[in-house]
Amino acid sequence: MKIECTLNGQRKTLDVSSTRRLLDILREDFHLTAVKEGCGEGECGACMVLMDGKAVNACLIPAGNLMGKEIVTPEGFKESPRGKIIEEALIEAGAVQCGFCTPGFVMAIESLLNEHPHPTEENIREGLSGNLCRCTGYQMIFKSVRLAEEKGAGLW
Amino acid sequence: MKMSISKSINRTDAKGKIWGETPYLGDIAFDNPLYVKTVRSNQSHARISAIHIPTLPEGYWVIDKSHIPGKNYMKTVVSDHPILAEDEVLYIGQPILLVAGPDREKVYGLSKEIRIDYEPLPAVYTLEESEKQGMVFTDYTLSKGNPVEAFSQAEKILQDEYSTGLQEHVYLEPQGMAAEFKEDTVFVYGSMQCPFYVEEALTEALNMPADKIRVIQTTTGGAFGGKEEFPSLIACHVAIATCVTGHPVILIYDRDEDILSTTKRHPSLVRYKVGLDKNNTLTVLDIDILYNAGAYAGISPVVLQRGIFSSTNVYNFQHIRVRGRNFRTHTVPSGAFRGFGAPQSIFAMEMLMHNIAISLGLEPIDFKMKHCLKQGDTSCTGGKIHDKIILPELLERALTLSEYRKKIQTHKPFTGIGLSLFLHGCGFTGNGEQTIRGKIILQKKGKDVLIKVSSVEMGQGADTILRKIVAHTLELPIHHVQCEVRDTGLIPDSGPTVASRTVMIVGGLLQKAAEEMKSRWDTEENLEISKVYHHPDFLVWDNDTFTGNAYPTYSWGVNVAEVAIDPISYAIQVKKITAVYDVGRAIDERTLRGQMEGGIVQGMGWATIEVMHADEGTLVQRTLTDYKIPTSTDIPDIVCDFIENPYEFGPFGAKCAGELPFTGPAPAIAAAVSNALGIPIKELPITPEKLLEMKNDED
Ligand code: FES
Ligand code: FES
Repeated sequence: MKIECTLNGQRKTLDVSSTRRLLDILREDFHLTAVKEGCGEGECGACMVLMDGKAVNACLIPAGNLMGKEIVTPEGFKESPRGKIIEEALIEAGAVQCGFCTPGFVMAIESLLNEHPHPTEENIREGLSGNLCRCTGYQMIFKSVRLAEEKGAGLW
Repeated sequence: MKMSISKSINRTDAKGKIWGETPYLGDIAFDNPLYVKTVRSNQSHARISAIHIPTLPEGYWVIDKSHIPGKNYMKTVVSDHPILAEDEVLYIGQPILLVAGPDREKVYGLSKEIRIDYEPLPAVYTLEESEKQGMVFTDYTLSKGNPVEAFSQAEKILQDEYSTGLQEHVYLEPQGMAAEFKEDTVFVYGSMQCPFYVEEALTEALNMPADKIRVIQTTTGGAFGGKEEFPSLIACHVAIATCVTGHPVILIYDRDEDILSTTKRHPSLVRYKVGLDKNNTLTVLDIDILYNAGAYAGISPVVLQRGIFSSTNVYNFQHIRVRGRNFRTHTVPSGAFRGFGAPQSIFAMEMLMHNIAISLGLEPIDFKMKHCLKQGDTSCTGGKIHDKIILPELLERALTLSEYRKKIQTHKPFTGIGLSLFLHGCGFTGNGEQTIRGKIILQKKGKDVLIKVSSVEMGQGADTILRKIVAHTLELPIHHVQCEVRDTGLIPDSGPTVASRTVMIVGGLLQKAAEEMKSRWDTEENLEISKVYHHPDFLVWDNDTFTGNAYPTYSWGVNVAEVAIDPISYAIQVKKITAVYDVGRAIDERTLRGQMEGGIVQGMGWATIEVMHADEGTLVQRTLTDYKIPTSTDIPDIVCDFIENPYEFGPFGAKCAGELPFTGPAPAIAAAVSNALGIPIKELPITPEKLLEMKNDED
C-alpha cells in the first residue's frame, strides 16, 4: 500500500505492506541505522523514534499506522539546537558506554524535556523507563537530563 | 605541572555512538549477503533419529555437521560443545543445522519447516539431581592448614547452605557474526571480547592456518562475559556457511534466540561446615562449592577455579578445605559473566559471616572485621598478600557516608540496612597471565601514535583509557594516539578482554612502551616498540596443588545497601547503595564511576528482580517481557567513592575494576532485607514470593 508521511522533515510516499515494521522501513529502506533493534518486542527502547513529537518504539509500529505522521529519527534530530545540547550533556555526564541504547535515549530525553522542560526526579525516571541500558546503571543518564535542562534553558 | 591521570576526559567514542553513526554488526552493509538461521533442538536430552528437510528453492542451503571442514567442536577451555550437533542433543536450543539463503523471511520459513525426530533420553535438570547421579565435570580440592585437627578442637560446629540462580547478560546488542571469503582468506566480523579466541576456534573448525583467517571485531554493544567464549560458536557457524555457499553470510540473533541459547551465569550451591573457638572466632572451614555448568563444560573449569579461590573473600582463615565441583545438567550451558564465579562464592561467604554474627548476637561488622585479611597474611591458596590492605579505611568511609551506625539503630519496621565486604582478584587466575604472555605494539609515525592490542572496546571505555595512558605518558593530545582496529591480521595478541585485566596488564605494557618511546621521541621519526607481559618474580603459583598467589593483587570494596519492603506485597525496593572501592588509582574517574554504577545495578538485578529458571530444561523467562532487568524506575541512589592505594605494577598504580562492583550489592542487599524482616537470607534472587513464604513459615 502507499503511505504518505514525513520522515526527518521530508515528505515521503512509502510503498510497503501495511504490516511491515517501521523499524525495518527505517533501517533497511532508508539506511537510518541509528534506530537499533535490541529486542523487537517493545521492551528495550533502542529503536525509539519520534512520531508527531512523542517517543515511540519503531519495532511496534506497523507501516499502516504511519499515514500522515511525522517521523524523526536520531539522524534527523542531530543538527538541531536541542540535539546538540543533548549530545553535549550525554558526553559531559559520561552517559555513553557501549552506545547501543544511546540513540534511543536521545529520543526519550527529547520527548521527556518536551513534556517537562523542568522535570522532577519522578518525571525523569518515568520518562526514561521505556529504555533499557545494561551498561551505565542509568545514574549518569539522569545527570545528562539535568545538564541538558540547564544548558538548553529556553529551548524546550 | 602535569594533570593527574584520574581527571576525567570525554570518551573518544561517545559522539559517534550518540548519533548511531558508529556501525555495529547489523548496521554494516555486506554485498548480497545470505542470511543464516540456526535450527535448534527442542529437546533437553535426546538422540536425533531423523531429519526431514523440505525441498529447497535454488540458492538456499541446509548445512549440517557433515559440512564442517575441520573438527566438530568449539575450541575453548574444554572443547566439548559440538559446532553442530552430532547424533545427540544435550539442551533445548542446541544448534543442529543452519539454513542459508538470500531472503531472510524465506530462510526463517524454511528453518521452521524442517522436522527433526528425536528419541528422548533421560535428562537431569537440577544441581542436586546431577550430584546424586554423579554427573560431575570437574572436581577440585584445595586445603590450607590442618582442617581435620582444627575441627576436632573446635568449640562449636555449624553447618549452612547458600544458593544463587541463573542470570542472563542482556547486553543490549544481541550476538551476531558475519563472514566472507576474499581470495583465499576467510574474514569473520562480529561482536566479541576475544578476537584471538575466535581465530583459534576457526582454525580448528575450518582446518585452516591462522594466516588464512582474519577476525575483525565490530563495535560491541555490551558483553559482560557473554561475548567471551560464546561468539566462537557463531563465528564457526558463519565461517562454515560462507565456505559451503561461497557467499558472504550474516547471522544475527533476535533477542529471544539470544536468551534461549547463549550462556548464562552459573547457578550455585555452597555448603559450609565451620568451627568456632570459645571466643567466637572462626577457626576452620569446610566449603563445598557446586556450580551448574549446564550441558557442556566449556569454560566452566576456570569459572569454578575463580569461585574457589575467592571463596574465603576478604577473610583470613588458618584451616580450610575447599572442594569445588562443576556439574552437568541438560540445560543451556553456563559461561563467563562479570565476576566469573566469584560473586556466587562471595555471596555465600558474606551471608555466612552475617548470619553467624546475628545468631551469636554480634554486630556483623565487628565479627567480619575480626577475621579480615591484613598485609602479609596468606590467602586461601596460601599466597602471601604483598600489598597494603586498606579495607578498614574503606569501611570507615562507607559507614560515614551511609550513616550506617545511626541507621542500624533507628531503622523502622520493613526498612533495613546491610553491609558487604568483598574483593576481586586482578587479572587471570593462577598462571593464566604467564601462559598468555600478552603482547602489545606501539607505533610512532611522525607525530602520531598507534596502539596495537587485541583488548577490545565493548562499552567499558577501553579505547579511551588505553589511549589516555599512552597520551598522558607521552604528553600528547589524545587525538594523536589512536587504536588499531581489532583485526587479527593487524594486531598482536594482548590476550582476551576478560578478567578485569585490560587496564592493569595491557595498560601497564602500553605505559612501559610509551615511556621507552618518549626517551626516543625526538631522535626517531618512525618507531615500533613491542612489549610482552612478564609476571612479577615474587609471585608463585602451583597449578597442581592450587598453592601460591592465585592473583597478582586484589581490588577491594565495601557496599552499604538500604532497602524498603512493602509490608503487603513484600516487594523489595533498594533505596540506596553506598560504595567505596580501592582499585589502586583511577585512570579516569568518570569512566571508572560508569563501571561501578553499571556493575552495582547489574549486581542488584541478580540479587532481586532477575529471576530466571528452567522448568525441565525449558527456560520459563524467554523474552525481555518475562526476564526483567533493572530500569530507571528500579535503581537506587548510588553514592560511590574511592580511596587511592596505588599498585606498584599497574599503570599509574591502577588495579582491576570492571568486575569488582558486581559482587558487592547482592550480599549487602540480602543483609539489609534480613535486617528489615528479621529472617536470614540464603538464596538469590530474593523475591517477594520467597520472602512471603519464609514469613509464613515463621508465623
Ligand atoms: S527493539 Fe524496539 S523496543 Fe527493543
Ligand atoms: S550504554 Fe550499553 S546499554 Fe546503555
